[in-house]
Amino acid sequence: MTQGLRATYDREYDEICQDLVLMGQKVENAIEQAMTALVESDIPLAKEVITSDEQINHLRFKIEEACLVLIATQQPTASDLRSVVAVMHIVIELERMGDHAAGIAKAVTKMEEEPMLKTLKKIIKMADLSEKMLQDCLQAFVKRDSTWARQIAAQDTEMDDLYRSVFDKLVAIMAENKKLITRATYLLWCAHNLERIADRVTNIAEQVIFMTTGNMGELNL
Amino acid sequence: MDEFLIVFKVSHLNFFYSLSQALGDISMDIYQRQVTALIGPSGCGKSTFIRCLNRMNDTIPGTRVEGSVLLNGEDIYAASVDLAYLRQRVGMVFQKPNPFPKSVYANVAYGPRMVGLASKRSELDELVEQSLQKAALWDEVKDHLNEDALSLSLGQQQRLCIARLLAVKPEVILMDEPASALDPIATLRIEELIHELKKEYTIVIVTHNMQQAARVSDVTGFFWLGEMVELSPTQRMFTRPETQLAEDYITGRMG
Repeated sequence: MTQGLRATYDREYDEICQDLVLMGQKVENAIEQAMTALVESDIPLAKEVITSDEQINHLRFKIEEACLVLIATQQPTASDLRSVVAVMHIVIELERMGDHAAGIAKAVTKMEEEPMLKTLKKIIKMADLSEKMLQDCLQAFVKRDSTWARQIAAQDTEMDDLYRSVFDKLVAIMAENKKLITRATYLLWCAHNLERIADRVTNIAEQVIFMTTGNMGELNL
Repeated sequence: MDEFLIVFKVSHLNFFYSLSQALGDISMDIYQRQVTALIGPSGCGKSTFIRCLNRMNDTIPGTRVEGSVLLNGEDIYAASVDLAYLRQRVGMVFQKPNPFPKSVYANVAYGPRMVGLASKRSELDELVEQSLQKAALWDEVKDHLNEDALSLSLGQQQRLCIARLLAVKPEVILMDEPASALDPIATLRIEELIHELKKEYTIVIVTHNMQQAARVSDVTGFFWLGEMVELSPTQRMFTRPETQLAEDYITGRMG
């Protein structure tokens, strides 16, 4: 048995994975900075998050192009083929997660006053959880660990609970005090974006399971 | 695969050359009007295996067969089997086209004449045309039927060999690397032809070209060191093979 027969393929695929991880880190960064901008009402920082979303979009196209070239020139099969296809799905999810982070930043630029403290704490919790899920999921991708991917996806329930509680709280605030409706709506907007980010982490987890096991299917139905 | 009839039923087939065992305990079903591809590294036994299906290995001295090969329920290794008739039913195409050094017409007419499939000239003409049509060669050679077959291109010669085989009305076509001596266009012609032929015939193809196996076959068998390690529907074999050995082979991690 000879190893390294597909050294070129392996090298090119590794480069794609490195770009994917880099893209994931940029998304994590964007979420973190959007949250800092929210907590500190830092409009310039929020604007920066919105502009730098372009870099995330650019990486998506770069990775998709590299996958296309790899398929055309190397004709991957079996787990190789599944991995390339998974990468192509994952970059779409990451790109959309970048849009969600930019969505939070946009809300910050529109919010004229500081957000309500009590609800904000829960939203910070949501952000921490979504970042952790994303970080772990990228690691599970690199390590090709389907068991871990399944565990990460299971955390989405916690996220949904947090979102529901934030939602209820904000609706109650709006019902109580009409003056707070605009601020509360923007906060709800932020929370919704975070909840969507966690959903997309779940989609990435599905791809990790697909590429490692060949099983296609939806988690958290 | 249950909806397809079994043409070949191979059970516990062992095959020995005079000094060594080449096939170990192979059992598989080959289905009617399906293309079965056999892949695996050189020397893994895939060619030896298909040559067991029409007893081509009998021509090699000192070989021995154990186990059974049933063709439509009949044991092809039974003493009563007429070898010429068996090879008429189970035809073979080889790596290098091997037309007779005769005219195009004579090549295709040779078999039917030998086995008496056509008594009149008009019947023979019709059978030759039909066979060339089925081999997707008619349009190219209809005005050159009396020319030397060796003046055709290699790809045309290979299709001529297929026409020659079709003329004796086989049930199964065995193909041993039928396109490996051909350029990419001639290769695609053969592959398209395989798609057409499988409407009427059962095809078993040995190929080193895994993309070819993926393109033309319904079922793929992976051979390794004389054993059949995995037999899976082709779509499965090339997307999620069941065995690590097959995975390593088709992704090019071993060979």
